[in-house]
Amino acid sequence: MSTADTFRQADAALKKKRAWHWLEYVFWLAVAATVFLFPSQHTLLTQIAIWSLFALSLDLLLGYAGIVSLGHAAYFGFGAYVAALFAINFTGEPLTVLLVAGIAAGLLGLVTSLLVLRGSDLTRLMVTLGIALVMYELANQMSWLTGGADGLTGMPVNPVFGVFPISFRPTNSYIYVLCVLFVLFVVARRIVHSPFGYSLRAIKGNPLRASSIGISTNRRLIAVYALGAAYAGVAGALLAQTTPVVSLTYIDFQRSADVLLMLIIGGTGYLYGGIVGSALFLIAQKFIGNVTPQYWEFWIGFALVVIALFARDRGVFSIIERVANALRKEKAKP
Amino acid sequence: MLTILFDGIAYGMLLFVISCGLAVTLGLMNFVNLAHGAFAMLGGYCAYVLVNFYGVPFFASLPVAFLFAAMIGLVAERSLYVHFYNRSHLEQVLFTIGLVFMTSALVDYFLGSQQRFINLPSYLQGRFDFFGVGIGKYRLLIILVCALIVIVLQLILGHTRFGSRLRAAVDDQRVARGLGINVNRVFALTFAAGCGLAGLGGALGAEILSLEPHFPLKFMIYFLIVVSVGGTSSITGPFLASILLGIGDVAGKYYAPRFGGFVIYTIMIVVLVLRPQGLFTRGTSK
Repeated sequence: MSTADTFRQADAALKKKRAWHWLEYVFWLAVAATVFLFPSQHTLLTQIAIWSLFALSLDLLLGYAGIVSLGHAAYFGFGAYVAALFAINFTGEPLTVLLVAGIAAGLLGLVTSLLVLRGSDLTRLMVTLGIALVMYELANQMSWLTGGADGLTGMPVNPVFGVFPISFRPTNSYIYVLCVLFVLFVVARRIVHSPFGYSLRAIKGNPLRASSIGISTNRRLIAVYALGAAYAGVAGALLAQTTPVVSLTYIDFQRSADVLLMLIIGGTGYLYGGIVGSALFLIAQKFIGNVTPQYWEFWIGFALVVIALFARDRGVFSIIERVANALRKEKAKP
Repeated sequence: MLTILFDGIAYGMLLFVISCGLAVTLGLMNFVNLAHGAFAMLGGYCAYVLVNFYGVPFFASLPVAFLFAAMIGLVAERSLYVHFYNRSHLEQVLFTIGLVFMTSALVDYFLGSQQRFINLPSYLQGRFDFFGVGIGKYRLLIILVCALIVIVLQLILGHTRFGSRLRAAVDDQRVARGLGINVNRVFALTFAAGCGLAGLGGALGAEILSLEPHFPLKFMIYFLIVVSVGGTSSITGPFLASILLGIGDVAGKYYAPRFGGFVIYTIMIVVLVLRPQGLFTRGTSK
């Protein structure tokens, strides 16, 4: 068999793998339907969509490249501040703002990746945590620029393409955020199903072997880290555009921990995990938080312990699967 | 100037006593335990309840705090932690963050979210002048107790059978197992002792470290800095790291209050990038 044949076969195999499953069509149709089904919940749904994008950005790092980050909010917050400052000083055209925020956060990711991608898991944890803390301190101290603890207000948001106003209109904001989420999801899906995406998974599986078959491990990890940071930056910019104030909570540790939890609830490594996870998380928060707002933290902790104990890559789905398996075994017993 | 140095040493000693247990968890079991601060907090609250509600003398509350945290540590290790030794670091991180959230919420539920102060006996309050250096009595006590603990730890590690087993297990777990050392039991005992020391440190330092439900999260990064900068192969490394961190933090807060935290995190990142194994290690190839 000639080399050309091998390439053609590989190409065909990749194409087959990246074809859309019918469940995916159903999923996105259902998502689109929420615009019409729950008109009173559009504020919550907007939150879910933004967190979904944020969790998706973390999934690119964690689920595909195996980089554990405890400070992903650094890029989210950076994107949000860049978006707000750019909109205030230059133009409030939403898509331009998103692009600028994404590029800025991506550059920050590119620079910081040189620090992150060294050493073991523990070092990475510490360094990502440290970067987020440094960003938090910076945002806190540079109050002449960021508004410090009071936050940054008065960010103008023009209509999209000059015709579709989104500020203070929950439904329009939701449609806008959803469209951004969908487009970026499709891009991410295409990336993880490309040879680049498969090489990332090879690195996650075994970095030594991956490099010995000729994958330049470090450069690919840097690339995906910057990509994840850029996605997080766009998510931050979206939140900045749909809420009146950009504040320090955009960068704090709670946000980094929450996004990790959402992703873990939904499961890593198949892109939908972040969306499912953030929806479950925020809906649960709304209900449990309404009953006992201050003890919500206890239930987050509980969920984390249970998921860490029982779940594998697929989050809640692996728990469901386990329970189902256990029941089946119970039935099979005479 | 010297007072700052003195306060810094007291703070650093405290950090060491709390985090030395973490060094063992990390070095021996390669387990990322973000919940270590929770044990320190429990010890602190234990002393707080005993002293303020039941009038137990402050000194008597310290051993109780140690035992209380050690017992909880032992139970947690045998029932929960043991499931995570061979899991990925991600799962360990999730699990221990979960524990932190749960303990914080429980403490908040039972004891309220305000910062708590232990009623110190009157002879520990105030400060005296020693050749022009203002020395707080309470901080002097902290230094003395912690120094005592460090010496005892060093003796146990260096001169007892248990200590040599522990060192063997940290250096090479597989060979130690091969020699018939029950590494799991050594670890369980060390884990409990480490939690106990954390509890003792939490009780002793309640005044300096500010006892409140979010204590574990607030200080998580400090404990991690101590073990990751100090390395986990000896106790001298973490000890030096905590003294440096303590002095640096106190001096930073005093001289440049606006940039204190910033400087410490930046230094941590630089150290970790340049020497991922820690500042004071022999450069093992583990």
